[in-house]
Amino acid sequence: MSATGGTAAVEARDLRRTFKTKQGSVLRPTRTTVEAVKGVSFEIAPGELFGLLGPNGAGKTTTIKMLITLLIPTSGSATVLGHDVVTDVREVRRRIGYVFGGDRGLYERLSGLDNLRYFSELYGVAPRDQKARIGSLLELVGLTGREGERVEGYSRGMRQRLHIARGLLHDPDVLFLDEPSIGIDPVGARELRATIAGLREQGKTVLLTTHYMFEADELCDRIAVIRAGEIVAEGTPAELKRLVTSGRVLEVETYGVAGEVVDSVRDVAGVRTVAVEDRGPLQVLVVGSEPDTEVTQSVLARMGDTRVGRVSHRDPSLEDAYVELVTGAGA
Amino acid sequence: MSRLRQLWVCYRLQLKVMMFSPFEGFLQVFFPLMFATAALLVYRVNNDPDAMLFAGIGAAAMGIFTSQTTTAATLVQRERRAGTLELVLAAPTPFAFVVLPSTFAMATLGLYSVVAVILWDWWLFDLPLQVENWPGFVLSILMATFTIALFGFLLSVTVVRYRTAWALGSALEYPGWLLCGFVVPLSFLPGWALPLSWALAPTWGVAAMRASAAGESPWFDLAVCLGVGLAYAVLAAWLGVRLIDSARRNATLALT
Ligand SMILES: Nc1ncnc2c1ncn2[C@@H]1O[C@H](COP(=O)(O)OP(=O)(O)OP(=O)(O)O)[C@@H](O)[C@H]1O
Ligand SMILES: [Mg+2]
Repeated sequence: MSATGGTAAVEARDLRRTFKTKQGSVLRPTRTTVEAVKGVSFEIAPGELFGLLGPNGAGKTTTIKMLITLLIPTSGSATVLGHDVVTDVREVRRRIGYVFGGDRGLYERLSGLDNLRYFSELYGVAPRDQKARIGSLLELVGLTGREGERVEGYSRGMRQRLHIARGLLHDPDVLFLDEPSIGIDPVGARELRATIAGLREQGKTVLLTTHYMFEADELCDRIAVIRAGEIVAEGTPAELKRLVTSGRVLEVETYGVAGEVVDSVRDVAGVRTVAVEDRGPLQVLVVGSEPDTEVTQSVLARMGDTRVGRVSHRDPSLEDAYVELVTGAGA
Repeated sequence: MSRLRQLWVCYRLQLKVMMFSPFEGFLQVFFPLMFATAALLVYRVNNDPDAMLFAGIGAAAMGIFTSQTTTAATLVQRERRAGTLELVLAAPTPFAFVVLPSTFAMATLGLYSVVAVILWDWWLFDLPLQVENWPGFVLSILMATFTIALFGFLLSVTVVRYRTAWALGSALEYPGWLLCGFVVPLSFLPGWALPLSWALAPTWGVAAMRASAAGESPWFDLAVCLGVGLAYAVLAAWLGVRLIDSARRNATLALT
């Protein structure tokens, strides 16, 4: 495993992290230990765009924080560009960029431009390059013209864009993007995807977390799915899709479907997963089946007096694969 | 060279953050003025000009101390709340060089309150500063400000690790007034408290201010003041590395 350690851009070996938290009153505290990350290993090749997907609380942010030197692993080790994240902190910090989602992490009382100037200093951007660098990043994230305003007046999406510019200031080789598209409007999100794809074209290594499956599908070369602190699957988006529901997905549109009906569909021979999605006034029954089985007739036979609309088939999406992986249905 | 530029840019930007609203600037001088007024009203009863000068100078230094200890302690807490603490720590710049400019920005505001208090005393109490040795006096004010800033620096560093340590900073405000001898001579304090006073740099700073005003030599007090201040800096730098490591181990950088 460590034989390849020299060539990987990011390498995590059996990373673990526990948190001790106190609850209750000062006088009678109860200590609990949360195992947030339980032995995560992966490698990201230079220039690769690697996705880390998983439900809330799965341990994605904790894993990233260990890689960017903000948290010391409870056990295990990791390197970024060959530098150990515990012992070689300065070298790691010089080469990485970190962007997280949400609207925190900025100086509200300073203008966008001053925020970027401040972080340029802290990230050691050469003084003579700063102006041009900041200008081109403002252009990249579409904030040109608004940089003089105080951040407290920025919208959520504007803050998120400023964050992205901040993370790129020192032109890092490895980028950690923790839900960078949160709160950005559809047009902006599309631009952001183009920006991220552009980073890969420049040869940057990117670790991305997101809750938007189409985003991961479109961008990532490889994906690891993490559930309750453990990686449950890893591969290209295509491989993940194949890994689970090999059969096609049946979608039945209904105008309200009863719980008993859903349960009885689950019992149909050949059915692997059943999920109900709300789409406007419709409730869509999404049925994943075993490979090479035809369940349409049997499923429709169980619908009883449910009002059924359009019935269709499609190939499994990354989202189907993801839902199956994180709910443990396929395992 | 580039380090100096970095400190200077960060200092200016932090000053901008702190001088954000005129209202806060007003509070910055308002409280010290009220404390100075109260002290002088008490002292005026005795009708002793020497005592008035003693209290006037002490009250001026008190302004810096108050603004520093309370804001220094909340400084890091504020960064934590804003989510910027993790970002500045993840930067390649050592944390000490991040906190120092902020501390000096606060010291600048402290200086501003000293001047305000001196002018106020003059105007309200007709208490002109009778200073024999002006260069010594100005130097003493600067030294007091500088070392109080270093004290604030030490406080800030502990807050990185201990999320509730900012409360300690606020709690130090009032005992500090007594221990530093701002308005009450140190000779009034019980003997066991004196070592505490001596360990506080402002004690020596304010003593140097008084010595200069009285035309005595301030140099001994200034030297001790500087020594104690530098000891704070060394202690903060030493503790800083350890406390930040401990914060990374115990996950206290973020709010959650
Ligand atoms: N500082 C902390 N102290 C205590 N527990 C923590 C701390 N940080 C994270 N945790 C816990 O660790 C677990 C993993 O959290 P983490 O933030 O890594 O999840 P995530 O995968 O990023 O989730 P999300 O999709 O919601 O961002 C959660 O149970 C969380 O409560
Ligand atoms: Mg997260």
